[in-house]
Amino acid sequence: MKKLLIPALLSALLVGCSTTPLPEDSAGAPVESRSGGSTTVAPVVADGLDANGLPRELTDPQSKLAKRSIYFDLDKYEVKDEYKDLVASHAKYLVANKGFKVLLQGNTDERGSREYNLSLGQKRAEAVKRSLTLLGVAESQIESVSLGEEKPKNAGHDEAAWSENRRADILYKAADGRGEF
Amino acid sequence: MKMNAMSRIFRFIFLPFFLLTVGFAQAQLSIEITGAGANRIPVTIVDFPGDPTASRIITSTVRADLERSGLFKLVDHGNLALDENAPINHADWKSRGADALAAGSIARSADGRLEARFRLYDTQKGVALGGAAYVTSNVQLRAAGHRIADYIYEKLTGEKGVFSTRIAYVVKARGRFLLQIADSDGQNAATALTSIEPIISPVWSPDGGRLAYVSFEKKKPVIYVHSLASGQRHIVANFKGSNSAPAWSPDGLKLAVVLSKDGFSQIYKVNADGSGLQRLTQSSGIDTEPRYSPDGGTIYFTSDRGGSPQIYQTGANGGEVRRVTFEGSYNVSPRPSPDGKSLAFISRREGRFQLAVMDLASRQVQVVSDSNKDESPSFAPNSRMILIATEIGGRGVLSAVSSDGRIKQRLTVAAGDIREPAWGPYFQ
Repeated sequence: MKKLLIPALLSALLVGCSTTPLPEDSAGAPVESRSGGSTTVAPVVADGLDANGLPRELTDPQSKLAKRSIYFDLDKYEVKDEYKDLVASHAKYLVANKGFKVLLQGNTDERGSREYNLSLGQKRAEAVKRSLTLLGVAESQIESVSLGEEKPKNAGHDEAAWSENRRADILYKAADGRGEF
Repeated sequence: MKMNAMSRIFRFIFLPFFLLTVGFAQAQLSIEITGAGANRIPVTIVDFPGDPTASRIITSTVRADLERSGLFKLVDHGNLALDENAPINHADWKSRGADALAAGSIARSADGRLEARFRLYDTQKGVALGGAAYVTSNVQLRAAGHRIADYIYEKLTGEKGVFSTRIAYVVKARGRFLLQIADSDGQNAATALTSIEPIISPVWSPDGGRLAYVSFEKKKPVIYVHSLASGQRHIVANFKGSNSAPAWSPDGLKLAVVLSKDGFSQIYKVNADGSGLQRLTQSSGIDTEPRYSPDGGTIYFTSDRGGSPQIYQTGANGGEVRRVTFEGSYNVSPRPSPDGKSLAFISRREGRFQLAVMDLASRQVQVVSDSNKDESPSFAPNSRMILIATEIGGRGVLSAVSSDGRIKQRLTVAAGDIREPAWGPYFQ
């Protein structure tokens, strides 16, 4: 009983702090009674979906489709052979699930002009897009964008960090609009 | 008596004047002078009689501005106060080494406003060069000082001063990105936009009232135009794909932008309200970083169409493309000078990314910085100084370099990285 009460009270306190009480809430109203909003509801994820509303097969670390990153060599924009399988798996999924959309985000390392790097990241995202469309994925399911050097996965300043940042990521969105972008 | 100015390193750190009262430490820029011109004009700014606090703020602003420019050497005024009508002993000042002298006064009018008057003298010739009066208020005292410094600068060098201008830049601190505006001396920093996502490529509208920039707040690059006084902003380009690299046309009506909606990055132009989109370049690779020439007739841009990133030029409506840079395998971020005579850009040389300046008439290129990670050059409106982002000790700093490479200043923030500088237009 105590265990349940503490989170409930905390939630009530948080609600009390973050909102401006309405006049009718004032004198003597029990704290719990005005908290009836979603903040006190523990989220429960039904089988098959993760918290983003995406099917488990896209997010389960055991699933091939959970691998979403394609790495590139320095100044290179071709999808390397070792990633062809990965891209093919995503293409297959998108062809079978036409309601799903992907956002392809290209990234670069930090060296050089920010704007030029934005265009280089775009080239990487376009390369993945081309691979997907060649495998039958509809253009309308794909948006390729670039984050350039602005969102490094590894904040370091050496080759190890740079090679991690020369990358394109695949983000998914389900037909109901829930997902990763 | 004669000192080799170049052999000395000047270190004047202008501690933020109102750091304590504003309490926004990370917003404050410190400026350090790390190199000065070879032939600096010796000048004396005496104290201005009148309200002592106001006088101190104005004269210290004028002195700091002139000193920071790297073109003047301040001659000690011996704590002397002289108003603009006081007789000047030219021979005496000449013997103290001052070629020019400014005297003035601060008067408070009945409505509480302040009037700063001053006169500038040429002690060599023993004549007055002119003077002016600025009506100001307590909060605008530094601005009045910048106006006086601009006047003195123009009279003594023959070119317009930029002390009354503002700069924009992005600070990254504590996981946030702040688009800030400050006076050209780093004071009065104000935050125009705060975001948890990156902000890049700010550019000033020609009237100085708006900034165009790229914000990643929608999880992808989108171009906005932001009115500084009202804080109102609107999206100029949010097409499928990436939207980036905005550049104002000199008339302030249009923007050249880079969109990837048709594949790779290509250059388009669009009205400042987002209407009237028109494609300008056609290549199978990257075309980006457009900038208009000051006459609006030419667009300089970066392209990899020749196999490596180089600078090219085309007409304001597209058309014939000509290559501009040929030396080296990486020349990016072209910025034509406001006087139309030169082109600043970033050049990779032996692994170092450095600021280079091309004389457009002779096509001669000179590397003018001694740092390694230069980015995003931006000319002062008088074309004399170029502001760049660079890195020192692993931290992002701004550096101002004269187009001949002699004068250098460094701008840093107390906690955080500073990058993406944009020097605003003349005060209007």
